[in-house]
Amino acid sequence: MANKFQSIETKHYAEREAFFEGLKKLDRRAFLRVAGISAGIVAGMGKLTPNSFQLVNVADAEGQKPKFSFAYISDTHLYENKLNDRFVRAILKAVDDVNALDPQPDFVLFGGDLAQLGTAGELKLGAQILKSVKAPLKMMVGEHDWFLDMGEQWRDLFGKPNYSFDHKGVHFVVLNSILEKDFWTERKLTPMERMKIVAGLDNGIQSRFEVGGEQRQWLQQDLAKVAKNTPLIVFSHSPLYKYYKPWNFWTDDADEVQAILKPYEKVTVIHGHTHQLLSNRIGNIQFHGMLSTAWPWPYAPEGLPALTVPMNRADPFSQFDGCGNGRMDVLESGLVDKVYNLWERDPITVRASFLGSNGKQSAPPKPKLPTY
Amino acid sequence: MTLRMKLLVVPCAALSFAGGVALATSPATKPAPSPPASAPLPKHVVPTSKDGNLVLGLCDGETSLEVEGVKDGQKLTREQAVRATAKLMDDWRKKNPDALWDDVPGPALAQATPPGAKKSPPPAPQPNPGSKPAGSPVQAGGVGAQTGAKAVPRQEQANLQTGHTYGAFSERDEKVWAESTQAFVKEGHRVFHDAEAVGGTVGVSCDMCHPDAANTHPETYPKYQVQLGRVALLRDMINWCIENPARGKPLADGDPKMRAMEAYIYAQRKGTKLEYGKH
Repeated sequence: MANKFQSIETKHYAEREAFFEGLKKLDRRAFLRVAGISAGIVAGMGKLTPNSFQLVNVADAEGQKPKFSFAYISDTHLYENKLNDRFVRAILKAVDDVNALDPQPDFVLFGGDLAQLGTAGELKLGAQILKSVKAPLKMMVGEHDWFLDMGEQWRDLFGKPNYSFDHKGVHFVVLNSILEKDFWTERKLTPMERMKIVAGLDNGIQSRFEVGGEQRQWLQQDLAKVAKNTPLIVFSHSPLYKYYKPWNFWTDDADEVQAILKPYEKVTVIHGHTHQLLSNRIGNIQFHGMLSTAWPWPYAPEGLPALTVPMNRADPFSQFDGCGNGRMDVLESGLVDKVYNLWERDPITVRASFLGSNGKQSAPPKPKLPTY
Repeated sequence: MTLRMKLLVVPCAALSFAGGVALATSPATKPAPSPPASAPLPKHVVPTSKDGNLVLGLCDGETSLEVEGVKDGQKLTREQAVRATAKLMDDWRKKNPDALWDDVPGPALAQATPPGAKKSPPPAPQPNPGSKPAGSPVQAGGVGAQTGAKAVPRQEQANLQTGHTYGAFSERDEKVWAESTQAFVKEGHRVFHDAEAVGGTVGVSCDMCHPDAANTHPETYPKYQVQLGRVALLRDMINWCIENPARGKPLADGDPKMRAMEAYIYAQRKGTKLEYGKH
């Protein structure tokens, strides 16, 4: 339905999009003309010789065209609709977002923590909503999905929690990184008590996350057939490194998993759980966090990777601020540009070249409101 | 209440009188562990009930009360405990008509739950922040003659000024106070981590966005809260969160839950510079 009354924002975004689209379509001559005009304007204003970021960006965009893209939705933490419709509204918004992507992503990754307390009702509600995602869906499990029945219902709905697949020359691996050593038997906890302890980020009764020996062995076997120069993209719910132990922003056997990934030239790990803009690089491995649709986490008091440019702290007065979803653009090189589609803010892209250059190139914008 | 428990200090907040009431079980159990000082402490021997009922002793060392219908070793319900302690204090006040005891209202009413409110899931078991289950000074022998002005110079092994009531507290006093404070903070920790206790209706508890009370920045209040268009205190923001993300009813300023949550949040920021007005 056409609406003849457009808000200022809508007009602004429409104009901006048309402008950038137009720039991409310029041929060489037109491109130089625009460059000349803008240089002329700037010179006319008495400024120094322009060092126009726009021109560089356009030139850049030509060389770093993504080979393909995939989108993600993560950490939806659904309660059943009759208890809480807030989180349900958020996942619906995310599904609308990825369905509106044009062109459509090759697939959509669900990053784990579909449910809040792992009940059949919550998981089934999530499964039902995710059916309306148009692109193929790849599921990953989170601790909130797992610790009520140790993944029984989740496996019934979505199959194995760890698997791998190949797509357009990239080898993808999905891990279940949220296993924990038994803390419940000795304490004689009920399944729901166990679930709620794990669901409490600052609940120190629980153990730390781990991929575990069995799955590490599986990973090793799975990768044995993959050439060392094949790009690898690994999905794990928890960050596959050690950020902040008290909140399980942590995988206890991260060092061992990293050692398995080390021989590969191009490795990217995409993880959920931390609900924030989070970037890291350890040797050959680049790490990107995913946003939650339910709520943002504050940054931990210590351990933040040096390569993370933190996001502005969230406005508590807005349900959706600091939340969102996103897109991964897989480049010709096999590395990933990570687009954080922050709701109610401009998107932020953390580029492979930023992490690859140890923060020297293409830095994402800095926050105005750092965490307290 | 178990037989092994020698004394139980009922939380002051629940009973609304200072000092607490020490409850003793029947003398059939083993004697209290001897305090460090060798002087024998006065013992409050409560009479044995002929029906095997639970007998409670007041901390004055004299008054006792048989609780009808509760056998020795059984747990009291909250209601029974409130009634029993009220009766004990009543008896004490009759015995001490000249005591300057302020009338205080009964236990504060819990926050009203709206009829037909949806049940949020109950909270998870939580670790005990900072508490020490063993060796509590409160259980070491009750309030005795060793407490107070005369004991202080000896304990500190120094020639200190004496005769000044205000400074006349011992290490033991300080431990008791620290423990009371910790209990207050712990109660705040409980409310903060329990969607139901905070009065929420959608299963959202404070810790879901604020693990370890992170990003609550109590040190920045009072400040002009742009979104509210007025100057706000920490409690205004607590209430804002209760009303909005948690969809509950705001707490009164003096509500024990509000007080306890403030205590917990401030305790998490110990050592942080106060910077009121900071954005």
